[in-house]
Amino acid sequence: MPLLEVRNLEVSFGLRSGDVKALRNVNFTLDRGERLGLVGESGAGKSVLGFSILNLISKPGRISDGQILFEGKDLADMSPEELRNIRGNRISMIFQDPMMTLNPVLTIGQQMVECLQAHRNISNENARTIAVQKLQQVQIPSPETRIDQYPHELSGGMRQRVVIAIGLLMDPDIIIADEPTTALDVTIQAEIMELMVELCERNNVALILITHDLGVVSQVTQKAIVMYAGRIIEQGPTREIINDAQHPYTQGLMNALPQMAIPGQRLNQIRGSMPSLQKIPTGCAFNPRCDYLRDACTKQLPGYTVSGNCKVACHMVAELKQAEQAPHEA
Amino acid sequence: MTNQNQTPASKMPEVETVPTAWQRFKDTHIWNSFIKDRVAQISLTIFMGYVIMALFAPVIAPFDPYDPTQMDIMNSELPPSWDEEMGEEQFWLGTDAQGRDLWSTILYGTRISLTIGICAVLLQATIGIIVGLIAGYRGGRVDSILMRFADVQLSFSTMMVAIVVLAIFQASFGTELYQDLAMVMLILVIGIAEWPQYARTIRASVLAEKKKEYIDAARVMGLGQIRIMFRHILPNTLSPILVISTVQVANAIISEASLSFLGLGMPVSQPSLGSLISSGFEYIFSGAWWITVIPGVVLVVLVLVMNLLGDWLRDVLNPKLYKG
Repeated sequence: MPLLEVRNLEVSFGLRSGDVKALRNVNFTLDRGERLGLVGESGAGKSVLGFSILNLISKPGRISDGQILFEGKDLADMSPEELRNIRGNRISMIFQDPMMTLNPVLTIGQQMVECLQAHRNISNENARTIAVQKLQQVQIPSPETRIDQYPHELSGGMRQRVVIAIGLLMDPDIIIADEPTTALDVTIQAEIMELMVELCERNNVALILITHDLGVVSQVTQKAIVMYAGRIIEQGPTREIINDAQHPYTQGLMNALPQMAIPGQRLNQIRGSMPSLQKIPTGCAFNPRCDYLRDACTKQLPGYTVSGNCKVACHMVAELKQAEQAPHEA
Repeated sequence: MTNQNQTPASKMPEVETVPTAWQRFKDTHIWNSFIKDRVAQISLTIFMGYVIMALFAPVIAPFDPYDPTQMDIMNSELPPSWDEEMGEEQFWLGTDAQGRDLWSTILYGTRISLTIGICAVLLQATIGIIVGLIAGYRGGRVDSILMRFADVQLSFSTMMVAIVVLAIFQASFGTELYQDLAMVMLILVIGIAEWPQYARTIRASVLAEKKKEYIDAARVMGLGQIRIMFRHILPNTLSPILVISTVQVANAIISEASLSFLGLGMPVSQPSLGSLISSGFEYIFSGAWWITVIPGVVLVVLVLVMNLLGDWLRDVLNPKLYKG
């Protein structure tokens, strides 16, 4: 049994103009200690997916269909009590901006002790000892002094280390990291990523990494999911997706990396922008921006085609596959 | 204390005396703005004077105004001692119609007024904070219902509610019992009539706070709603609470004085500033101006000083006006 299995997940937001589906038909699995990358443009539904794994979608959103099986139990219909036991304890989450995720009026120690005491019956001194240990693990110098400081007294990188320490506090099974390094500068980004991977490996923690950065995904993760307009359009082993992207959107993302541009020329880009979730085109949601547009794309939602170890939702790839199987070359 | 990989941001001088609370306080913005602001200094000094007067009234006052054996009707309506014709040395602010020393009575009256003001505000704040937090945090229908209650409460003027409640209480339970319970009743009435001020202010700040990511982070940690409301959101809404508290105490003192002036407040045997003003009002045309005017000035100065402090606090705590 995989540690986490998401089946046919659908998340809707009830707006005045009707329901809008932020996630449609999302399926994936995650094993213990595995690292999964979630990639896509802003608005693709990556963060919604992250939050829905914790069943923390705020109103007017809701999980309208599907299951999120954590060790076989469905998080989507658990009591608030049971959910609170899982949040922070078995599954924890790290956010983008460490400035915002720490409460400005409480010291770091207070916030860590509070989290520990919410899940375990533990004395203040013991909780503090654990907190200091965790701060040490994330390589914060002189944690005994730092623990009594307020978030504003720390630098950005230091704060993100604290946030990671809080994420690791209860020795969770899964950490969901929602763009954990976007708010940091590049040199610190690398340090923090390295630290996270090392800690996950050492403690056998599964990591779901939500990011825009394909570079980070290729360095850090074993599996990757590419999302577009609330749907998974390509998923499989990271190496295959990076080296041999099938879906035109994934190819576009790869080409848009600055390394792929010729010096002196404009950076490559995917023309147009992601459609609003209220106005998703019929057929393949990517069709208005796709260079390989064909008839089927505007009429029918593409199903998943297996290509190597990947699954791709694209009519063109499906056609190519069929052609491959046929005797003559396409 | 070994600092590995010292980055500039993480550098901590190894020999550093731990600053005392007082030293740290001297570095704060509040202290810096206070030592520059003459009005705030004067206001705070006067206010502290009032607090000391109220706290130590039994020690300072030369007479006990609640003790009838110390009153002599022959001493009634004596002018202040600086009046050379009529004044007497022992009553430096004169006496009232019952022959009580006005200075002692004012000291005790200030004590009563401040107590009622502060207790009523504590009650307002308690109700208002709880309602405001729940309304803001839960949102939706809970919010609508609670805030409609607040609107209904606000649509009755404080005075009207207080007059009706106190008059009914006085009529149905008799003046005797009313005199014993006057203080409690005033606190309850003023407290309950004004809670929506707090509820609205707090709800507004909660709405702003709850969208911030640290609240998401707290939910992700698996903390309960009540914990998030009181430990994470409440401390972040403290500055508006402080500001309205100063103004509300002044308002409560005025409400109490008005009610007492109308004869619905503190009884004449235990006069507050308002009932003193009211009791002297009958004698103002017979020349005994001091019974009304002196407590009146005391009241006005108290309220003025509190409002000035509130203004100053509002400016200090407003980050938009912060000039470094």
